[in-house]
Amino acid sequence: MKVSLFITCLCDTLTPDVGKDTVQLLERFGCEVDFPAGQTCCGQPAYNSGYVQESKQAMKQMIRAFESSEYVVGPSGSCVHMMKEYPKVLRDEPKWQARAEELVGKTYELTQFLVEVLDVKDVGSTFKGTATYHPSCHMTRLLGVTDAPRILLDHVKGLEIIDLPLKEDCCGFGGTFAVKNAAVSEQMVHEKAEHIGETKAEYLIGGDMGCLMNMGGRMRRNDQDVKVLHIAQVLNSQ
Amino acid sequence: MSIKIGTKTYADRIQDGIDNTFMRQAVSSAQGRFRTGRLSAAEELGDWEEWRTLGSEIRQHTMENLDYYLHQLSEQVEKRGGTVFFAKTAEEANEYVQKIAREKEAKKIVKSKSMVTEEIGLNEALQESGCEVVESDLGEWILQLDEDPPSHIVTPALHKNREQIRKTFVEKKGYTGSDQPEELAAFAREQLRKDFLSADIGVTGCNFAVAESGAVTLVTNEGNARMVTALPDTQISVMGMERIVPTWQDLEVVVSLLTRAAVGQKLTSYITALTGTKLEGEVDGPEDFHLVVVDNGRSKILGTEFQSALHCIRCAACINVCPVYRHVGGHSYGSIYPGPIGAVLTPLLDGYEDHKDLPYASTLCGACTEACPVKIPLHEQLIRHREIIIEREHMGSKAEAVMMKGYAKWASHSAAYKLSTKMAHTALSPWTTDDYIEKGPGPLKGWTDSRDFPAPAKQSFRSWYKQREKRRSNE
Repeated sequence: MKVSLFITCLCDTLTPDVGKDTVQLLERFGCEVDFPAGQTCCGQPAYNSGYVQESKQAMKQMIRAFESSEYVVGPSGSCVHMMKEYPKVLRDEPKWQARAEELVGKTYELTQFLVEVLDVKDVGSTFKGTATYHPSCHMTRLLGVTDAPRILLDHVKGLEIIDLPLKEDCCGFGGTFAVKNAAVSEQMVHEKAEHIGETKAEYLIGGDMGCLMNMGGRMRRNDQDVKVLHIAQVLNSQ
Repeated sequence: MSIKIGTKTYADRIQDGIDNTFMRQAVSSAQGRFRTGRLSAAEELGDWEEWRTLGSEIRQHTMENLDYYLHQLSEQVEKRGGTVFFAKTAEEANEYVQKIAREKEAKKIVKSKSMVTEEIGLNEALQESGCEVVESDLGEWILQLDEDPPSHIVTPALHKNREQIRKTFVEKKGYTGSDQPEELAAFAREQLRKDFLSADIGVTGCNFAVAESGAVTLVTNEGNARMVTALPDTQISVMGMERIVPTWQDLEVVVSLLTRAAVGQKLTSYITALTGTKLEGEVDGPEDFHLVVVDNGRSKILGTEFQSALHCIRCAACINVCPVYRHVGGHSYGSIYPGPIGAVLTPLLDGYEDHKDLPYASTLCGACTEACPVKIPLHEQLIRHREIIIEREHMGSKAEAVMMKGYAKWASHSAAYKLSTKMAHTALSPWTTDDYIEKGPGPLKGWTDSRDFPAPAKQSFRSWYKQREKRRSNE
């Protein structure tokens, strides 16, 4: 099965290890992974800020980049959900909308792809420790991927998952919100960091780098000793 | 009062909210109660998603045929001895009520809770024309004594604790008791009873008007609305023009959704349906009944992509799950309609000029959309507002516009993008210590004021991948 990796701009620049683990994980299950070098950013920073015309340019670039892909898989619920919105955003340009529809039909978030397409529940990984899992908002509410990450994590040997209090609450990232509404974002991420602390877990696991970067950044500022991992890193751990 | 409250800037209001630690405690504990209540009430009903679908369909059908149902409603009300007045604006609505008060030579007016009368500023208008206006909902009464606007559409005094309430009662009403809720409530009842008995006119809002019968229904827990409508001879109900259902059957669905979504109750203590005046042969009912149907910007929303905002049944479920509201409280929105629905409705009713920051007061986490019992796509409407603010109203900052233009170039040219991934590590290295940035430059500052930012990796993913491919092809 041929899979094109949609790395997301955050992972590309800030956390390339997440990309490496994603590639290895997919290869372990027999996927032939390629990386279309034309890909950039999904357009969300502009789209969610109201700069729709600007976001369309990013979207078109992504549509072109993945045009010949069989499957597109990304380690982010949020960025993948943005792609799912392309046809709606490009509704006034029927040709682009049709190309966007095609992209939507073959695009998956990583855990969703593993569970729904590859039909995997146990990736065969071992990871010793206690962790809490943050179900990011866009992954769960907007993309509708709720069970896949937990199914996969529950099968990781040695890993104990502790429930996060008020886990459904947003961490305060919200893309440009974190900067535009920095004061509110701070309060939100502070409460989230407290809840993570209450679990006494050694690790925080999530499926979206933006949220993890937000919570991790706050916990580092708070001197909280919790290690932050993307789910791909845990699932690729042997 | 009007839709807009206060004169402070958005940033100042937000900071006031954040600094108000008592209010935030009250909000987070109330959110906890409301959320648990809503979820268990929804579960108990069973098929919650089907109820939501039904509710959404009823609201959609009603809005698509609003002219028909408003006409039917007015015919029915008039058939039962009432008078209907369609007010295009807040001023028209207020003038009409003032006119009735003059005709009745009314000195005292008692009211039950109504957000639309807050929206149009009815109390102030009546006071200007010399009437004493008394709010009889406990929360609203407290706020009236304190001259404080509501901070929540269902529980307006959510932001006050019992000690603050006791103090208000002492200062404004000579109360001498403790801060025990029972004692405070008993005092309020005793005070309000005098007002009920001496009022010339009773003014209510309207949760839903039933078109087929001309009934105005009120959903309350305190019973005050019954006093307001049973004692004075003249009754005036004020409703937003969208607050209507076609039939009693539809009412059952929306009321079930309302009480469960709002406070997790199967039903509230009182659900009152008032139908017209005392007709011949009837033993009770008001001598005069007036229904004021307020447009005040609503008809402009009909037929637009925001039409579903008019489906709102004012349950506040979106407010009760909103993580932003949780930390800033209702007054921070600068509108009598706070939270996600407020951020959607306020600019529609009162324009973008004063409220352009509201659609951005959301992380777009979608909790509101998920909680809404009539499926209003709230977070999507917030995004659409943002688009209008930037692209139609041109209200974005110049700096941001320049940045976004740059973003578009960067994200649509893979060479430029690639170069940036290569340069990022070096470019930010002056600010980097131990792979983190603790005090960032430019736009990063907002981030690093409260949290650390991971420094860009020395080698980007794409560079690693390219090397790997090269290695593999050489093997």
